Amino acid sequence: MEQLRIRWFQWAAPQSFYPIAGRLWPLFAALAAVLALVGLYLGFFVAPTDFQQGEGYRIIFVHVPASWMSMIIYLAMAFWAFLGFTFNTRLSGMMTQALAPTGAMFTFLSLWTGALWGKPMWGTWWVWDARLTSELILFFLYMGYIALTSAIDDPRRADRAGGLLALVGAVNVPIIYFSVKWWNTLHQGASVSVTKGSSMAQTMLWAMLLMALAFWAYSIAMALYRVRGIILQRERHARWVQEVVA
Amino acid sequence: MSAFMAVLQRDLQLALRRKSEVLTAVFFFVVVATLFPLAIGPEPETLRKIAPGILWVGAMLASLLSLGRLFAPDYHDGSLEQMALSQAPLPVLVAAKVTAHWLLSGLPLTLLSPLLALQFGLDGPTMGVLLLSLLLGTPLLSFIGAVGAALTLGVRGGEVLLSLLVLPLYIPALVFGSGAVEAQQSGLGYSAHVSILMAMLLMAGFFGPWACAVALRIALE
Repeated sequence: MEQLRIRWFQWAAPQSFYPIAGRLWPLFAALAAVLALVGLYLGFFVAPTDFQQGEGYRIIFVHVPASWMSMIIYLAMAFWAFLGFTFNTRLSGMMTQALAPTGAMFTFLSLWTGALWGKPMWGTWWVWDARLTSELILFFLYMGYIALTSAIDDPRRADRAGGLLALVGAVNVPIIYFSVKWWNTLHQGASVSVTKGSSMAQTMLWAMLLMALAFWAYSIAMALYRVRGIILQRERHARWVQEVVA
Repeated sequence: MSAFMAVLQRDLQLALRRKSEVLTAVFFFVVVATLFPLAIGPEPETLRKIAPGILWVGAMLASLLSLGRLFAPDYHDGSLEQMALSQAPLPVLVAAKVTAHWLLSGLPLTLLSPLLALQFGLDGPTMGVLLLSLLLGTPLLSFIGAVGAALTLGVRGGEVLLSLLVLPLYIPALVFGSGAVEAQQSGLGYSAHVSILMAMLLMAGFFGPWACAVALRIALE
């Protein structure tokens, strides 16, 4: 246990995390590619046609995992921000910043595929429904975080201010979700629920889970790849960086 | 407590020496509320329907407008640093500053709202609910906005950034604030909305100054 704890903090140093991230991100990227290929094949060619929604429902295999990821990444950012405030490690702030663009991308993807799905099913690109609206607000929160951190020149201050914003946002996300939910709702109920089991065919569920895992692996790969860039930029005056670059 | 009163008194006194700044936000509220009937048309039925939303959004924007001055003058002349160094806990001083901000921006807006509600043709009880929702909602806006104001202190393009950070966090207040008025209009009763607004105000009043103090210490580092 004692040894494990020492190892954790050793990895928290950017210098020792940089090579590990460099070895891990290609693995996760390859995993993401394989999982996405299998998931898309299952989803687009093997899964049966829905008797109500026809072929159009197949966008679910991108839409639902993207929505999950958009929320999970915000939670991950809040987690890293919390670690940063607790242990005052530099790497935590870098990880928070490295995750934000991927999270914003998935939020946008979720909104976009949702609009594409909504048009044939509901007959409209957009409705002011609870889940759509809260996803849009989540997108605003990501944009606010990115704008704040990029407006502050001092990287340490940007980390800490951004971390506080991520935590405040994470506290607000459930409040926003429920306030918008009570305000109006039209969206279909959750397709996969922990308590009730799933309302879908087995192959559909498998395809969706594979896609979710692919998006997980992609997010991890992107975060590690981006954090390497951030580490190099922040530590550019350190001797080890000049050795690595040279 | 004495520190709280001292900061409150100081901020009120400073603001009253420069009345124009306080009045600007109030007039902004009036002007924005006047624009909508001109843009949408004078049908009383439509105006009555959109009034809660417009008055609430107007109050939100007006409160946002004065947030930039909450910490910035003290930050520039160094008195904020002295507050951070003083023996009194920083969250208490922040709470005093936020209270002063509300007394100077939120309260005048709230007191003015029945007059604007009259222009939109709201009846007496609905006007009362609007007054009540703004009375609970505007301090909530001040507490949430203060965190954003502290985060953007001394940052390039801080004012625009502030609105980007704060407006999404204002949404629950907007939903339940204007929802209370609409519920009253449609005869559903406003008590549920007002209770939730009150709960959110208590939460923000407790956690807001604390988060705000953390943000100020980051800015002052």
